[in-house]
Amino acid sequence: MFTQLVWLVPLFPLLGFVINALGFGKWSKTSASIIGIGSVLLSFVSVIFLFMEYSGSGQAQTIKLFDWIVAGDLRIGFSFLVDALTLNMLLIITGIGLLIHIYSSGYMHHDEGFGKFFAYLNLFMFSMLILVLGSNFVMMFIGWEGVGLCSYLLIGYWFKNREYTAAANKAFIMNRIGDLGFLLGIFLIYLHFGSVEYQDVFSSASFFSAGDAAIVAITLLLFVGAMGKSAQIPLYTWLPDAMAGPTPVSALIHAATMVTAGIYMIVRSNVLFSLAPVTLEIILIIGVATAMISAIIALTQNDIKKVLAYSTVSQLGYMFAALGVQAYSTAMFHVTTHAFFKALLFLGAGSVIHAMSGEQNMRFMGGLKKKLPLTYFTMLIGTLAITGFPLLSGFFSKDEILLSVMSHNRIMFILLVITSVLSATYMLRLLFMTFFGQFRGTHEQEHHLHESPPVMTYPLIILAFLSVTGGILGLPHITGVHHVLSDFLQPIFINNTRILPHTPELIAEVAVWILSIATLAVVGHFTYRAYALAETDKHPDISKKSVWYRLSYNKFYVDEIYEKGIVRPVLAISSVLHRWFDQFFIDGIVNGAGQVALLLASILRTVQTGNIGLYVIIMVAGIALTLFIVVFKFLSI
Amino acid sequence: MLLALLIILPFLAALLAVFSKGGAKQIVQLVAWVNLSITIGLYTLSASLDSNLTSIDLPWILSMGIHFHLAADGISLVLLLLTNLLLPYILWSASAREYKNEPIFYALIAFMQSGLNGVFAAQDAFLFYVFYEVALIPVFFICAFWGGKDRIRITIKFFIYTLAGSLFMLLAIIYLYIKTPGTHTFNIQSFYALSLTDTEQTWIFWAFFLAFAVKIPIVPFHTWQADTYTTAPAPGTMLLSGIMLKMGLYGLIRFVLPVVPSALNQWQNWAMVLSVAGVVYGAVIAIRQNDLKTLLAYSSLSHVGLIAAGIFSSNIQGLQGAVVQMFNHGLSVVALFTLVDFIELRTGTRQISELSGLVNRSRQLAVVFMIVMLGAIGLPLTNGFIGEFLLLMAVFKFNPIAGAMACTTIIFGAVYMLRMYRNVFFGEETKGITIPSFNNREIISLYTLAAFVIILGVYPSLITSVSQDAADGLLQIINPAYTVR
Repeated sequence: MFTQLVWLVPLFPLLGFVINALGFGKWSKTSASIIGIGSVLLSFVSVIFLFMEYSGSGQAQTIKLFDWIVAGDLRIGFSFLVDALTLNMLLIITGIGLLIHIYSSGYMHHDEGFGKFFAYLNLFMFSMLILVLGSNFVMMFIGWEGVGLCSYLLIGYWFKNREYTAAANKAFIMNRIGDLGFLLGIFLIYLHFGSVEYQDVFSSASFFSAGDAAIVAITLLLFVGAMGKSAQIPLYTWLPDAMAGPTPVSALIHAATMVTAGIYMIVRSNVLFSLAPVTLEIILIIGVATAMISAIIALTQNDIKKVLAYSTVSQLGYMFAALGVQAYSTAMFHVTTHAFFKALLFLGAGSVIHAMSGEQNMRFMGGLKKKLPLTYFTMLIGTLAITGFPLLSGFFSKDEILLSVMSHNRIMFILLVITSVLSATYMLRLLFMTFFGQFRGTHEQEHHLHESPPVMTYPLIILAFLSVTGGILGLPHITGVHHVLSDFLQPIFINNTRILPHTPELIAEVAVWILSIATLAVVGHFTYRAYALAETDKHPDISKKSVWYRLSYNKFYVDEIYEKGIVRPVLAISSVLHRWFDQFFIDGIVNGAGQVALLLASILRTVQTGNIGLYVIIMVAGIALTLFIVVFKFLSI
Repeated sequence: MLLALLIILPFLAALLAVFSKGGAKQIVQLVAWVNLSITIGLYTLSASLDSNLTSIDLPWILSMGIHFHLAADGISLVLLLLTNLLLPYILWSASAREYKNEPIFYALIAFMQSGLNGVFAAQDAFLFYVFYEVALIPVFFICAFWGGKDRIRITIKFFIYTLAGSLFMLLAIIYLYIKTPGTHTFNIQSFYALSLTDTEQTWIFWAFFLAFAVKIPIVPFHTWQADTYTTAPAPGTMLLSGIMLKMGLYGLIRFVLPVVPSALNQWQNWAMVLSVAGVVYGAVIAIRQNDLKTLLAYSSLSHVGLIAAGIFSSNIQGLQGAVVQMFNHGLSVVALFTLVDFIELRTGTRQISELSGLVNRSRQLAVVFMIVMLGAIGLPLTNGFIGEFLLLMAVFKFNPIAGAMACTTIIFGAVYMLRMYRNVFFGEETKGITIPSFNNREIISLYTLAAFVIILGVYPSLITSVSQDAADGLLQIINPAYTVR
C-alpha cells in the first residue's frame, strides 16, 4: 500500500532543494535549516514506513511512474524498485543523512552560503535516493551522475579558492571516466538482454554460461564505473582532494553514502558478476591493492581529513575484496557499519576543526581530550570500531571479510591482515596526535577551544551508539545467532545460483579473532608510545626521512604521474590539433582550393573584356547549350 | 495552408520592415510570435488537424514538374517548432544591442525565418533547394555587415564554401529528377521510389554528403565554422548554430537515408568515421580555447558530429536521438551564445583568461549558465542526456568501437565546460567589472530556456512521441524488413 507512494522518498528532498534554492538570500538561516532538515526527516519517516511494510510482506515491488525514454524497441521506465537491498541503502542514506543535516545546521552556522549549502545537500539526497531506488540501470545512472554533480558543487562550495574548484573539477572528470565505463556497460546490457530493467536482465542471466565473453565485458565495464565512484585504483585520487568540501559533506558524500554506490551497483548486479569469475578476480586484486596502498599513504598524512579520506579509500578496498570473493552480503554489512563509524569520525574531525578555528593539521593539535570531552569520547569509539576492537561493529564486519577472503585466496588474506595492522596504526596515530599529549597550536586557538554545541554533539553520540551496536546486524556464525543482515538480503540473490553457502570453520573464526585482537594490542602499545607520550615534531624535515616515508608522504607521486602522463599530453594534443592540423593543414587546403579558384578566375577574367556584345553571345550560347542538354535528355530517356 | 503562412508571414514582415522607417523591430517580433503560436498549434494538434488545413500543394512551374508543396511529418514538426521557438528569443536577445540600419537587420532575420521554415516543410526537392539557398543569403549579409573583426574575408569564405557544397546537392537533385518516370517530378516521395544502380547511388550519396557535410559541418569540412561563429554578431551566430546547421542534418535524414539506402549501406562506415572523428576532434580542440565563442563553436562541432553519427547508424535510436538532439542542441547552443553575449556586453570581453569570479557579480547568470551547461554536457534529467544517450547507443549498436570512441565526449565535454566555468565564474572576482542584475524580461526568457532543459530531460516524450511515426516510416523505406514495435 504505502510502497505505491515510494516516489515521496526522493520527492521531499527535491522539494527541499527547490525551496531552498529559490529562497536563498531571502530567507533566514533558521527557515533554511528547517526546510533542509525537515525534508530529510520526512523522507526518513517514509523509509521507515516502507521498511515496515516490506518486513510484513517480504515482497519486492516495482512502481512505474511513466515511460521516460522511448525509441523503437527501447523503452526505459521512470520506475522504482523497493526490495531488501534498496531498503538497506535507504535506511543508511536517510538515517545518517538526517543526522548529518542536523549537524550541518550547527557546523555551517557562520557560513554566508548557508541556504545554498542545504539546497545542495538536499539535491544530493534526491540523487542518492534515485540511485538506489531506480528499477533499471539507466535510473541508477541518473542518480549516479546526479550525486557526481552534487559532489562537484559541494567540493567547490568555497568557490573563491582556486585549489578547491580544481579539486571539484578533478572529482567530476575522474568520475566521468568511470561513468564512460558504466554507460558502455549499459549499452552492452541492452544489446545482449534487450532490456535495462533489473528484473528482465537478472532473470534471463541464467541463459549465459559462466565466463561468457559478453558477461565478462559487461561486468568489467560496470566495474570501471564502480572504480570511479568508489575511488578504487586507478581512479581514486579525486577522493582525498575532495576533502576541500565542508566536513559534513565529507561525512555524508565521501564516506557514508555516495562512495559506496559502486558496492551497491555490484551487489545489485550480483547475478552478472557471479557469472564472470575473471571480473571477480580483478575486483579482488584491485580491492586489496587499493586497501593496502591507501593505508600506507594514510600513515604519514598530517591533515586530519586526509587521513580519514585515505582510510575511506582503504575501507572501500576491503568491501571490494569481499565482492571479489562473492561475499556480497558481507560487503553490505561493512558498508553499513562503515557508514556509522566513518560518518562519526568525519563529524568528530569536523568538531575538532570547528574548535580549532579551521586548523586541520594534526601537528598543531594535541591534548584536546580535556577541552572536547564529548568529541574525544565519540571519536575514541569510532576509532576503536574501525580498528576492529572486539564486539564493536567494525570488529564483526571486518572479520567477516577477512574470513571470506581467507577461504578463497591466502595471499590476499595475508595482505588484508597486514592492511588491518596499518589501519590500526594510522587511526590510533590520528587519535593520539589529536587528543593526547600537549596542545601545539597558537594561543588564540587555545583560547578559542570549546566543545561543539548540542546540534553537533548529539549526532555524534547517536552515531557512536550505532558504531558500538551495529555488529548486532551480523553476529558471527559461532554465536549460533542468525546473521540478521544476511537473512534480510537473501531475496536479492534469488537469481544467483553460483553463490555457495559458506560456513567458516570454527577454528578459522577463532584464529582470525585472536589475530585481530593481538595485532590491535601490539599496535596500540607502539602507537601510544610514539604519538601520545613522545613529543610531536611540528615541522618535521621530510627530506631527512626514509625513502618509504617520503613515498607514503608524497602519495607515491600518483598525482604527478597523472599530470605528466595524461593531463599535459592531452593539453598538448589539443593545441597541436588546433594550431597545426586545424588551422594550418585543413584550412590550408581549403584556402588553397580557394586560391586555385581565384587563379582560374584570373585566367577567365581575360574573357571579361567589357564588350557587351561578347557577353550576349556567351549568354545565348550558354542558354542554348543548357536547353540542348535538357531536351536531349528528355528525348533519350 | 498553415505551413504556407509560416513562410509568407515573415516574408511580408521582412518587406514591411524594409520599407517602414520605424517599427521594423516590432513588426518582425510580432510576426515571430504569431508564427510561434501557429507552430505550437500545429505541433500539438497535428494528429487531429485536417491535412488540407496544414499542408498545401500548388503547381508552381508545371512544365518542370515543380510544385509549391508543403507538408510536415513529425520530424519536420520538431524542427519547425525549434525554428519558430528560437526566433522570438533571438529577436529578443538582439534587442539588447543597438544595430545600425536596424530595419534591414531585422528584415534579414525575418527573411531568414521564412527560408528556414520553407526548408523544413518543403516536400518538393526543387523547393527545398531554393529555400536552402534563400536561408543562406540573409545570414551572409548579417555576418558581412554586422560582424566583428575580419568579417568580410571570413563571411565570403563561409558563403562560397557552403554555396559550393550545395551545388553538389543541386546536381544530385537534378539527376534524381531526370530519373523519375513519366513527366518527371521533384516530389521527394517519388525520389524514394526510384530504383537506382549501386554506382548511381554512390555518386548521389557523396554529392548529398558533401553538400550537407559542409553545412553541418562534419570534419574535415568544418574550417569555416569557428571563424564564422566567432566573428558573426550574436544573433547571426545563434541563427547559424541554433537552426541553420540543422538544415544539413535534416537533409541527411530527408535525402540520404531514404533515397540511396544501398549506398548508405556501402559507405556508412566512412561517413561514420568522419562523424565520430569530429566528435572527439571538436571536443579535444575546445579544451584549449580562450575565446568563449570559439570554444562553443568547437563544442558545437563535437555535438553535431554525434548527431550525424547517429543518423548514419540508421537505426531507430539514432534517428530519434538525432531528432531530440537537434532540438536540444538548438536550445542549448542559443542559450549559451546568449549568455556569452551577455557577458561580453557587460564586461567587454569574451576571453576566458580575462574573466574570473563572475558568480560574485551575478548569481542568476551563474545559475542559468550552470543549468544550460549541464544540459550541454548531458547530465541525466537534462535534455542533453536523452539525445546523447540515444545517439551513443545507436552508434554503439552500429559498431562498439565507434560507440566507445564517441562516448569519450562525455569526458572531454566535462573537461572543457567545467574548465571554462571554473575560470569564468569561480575564483576571486575581477576588479572593475560590474554586472547589473537581470531585468524581469531577461529573467523570464533565460529561465524559460533553462526550464526547457529540465522539462525535456524529464519528459522527452514531448518530442519523441511526435517524431516516432516519421522515424519508423523512414526506416521502413530503408529496410522493408524493419518492424515497428
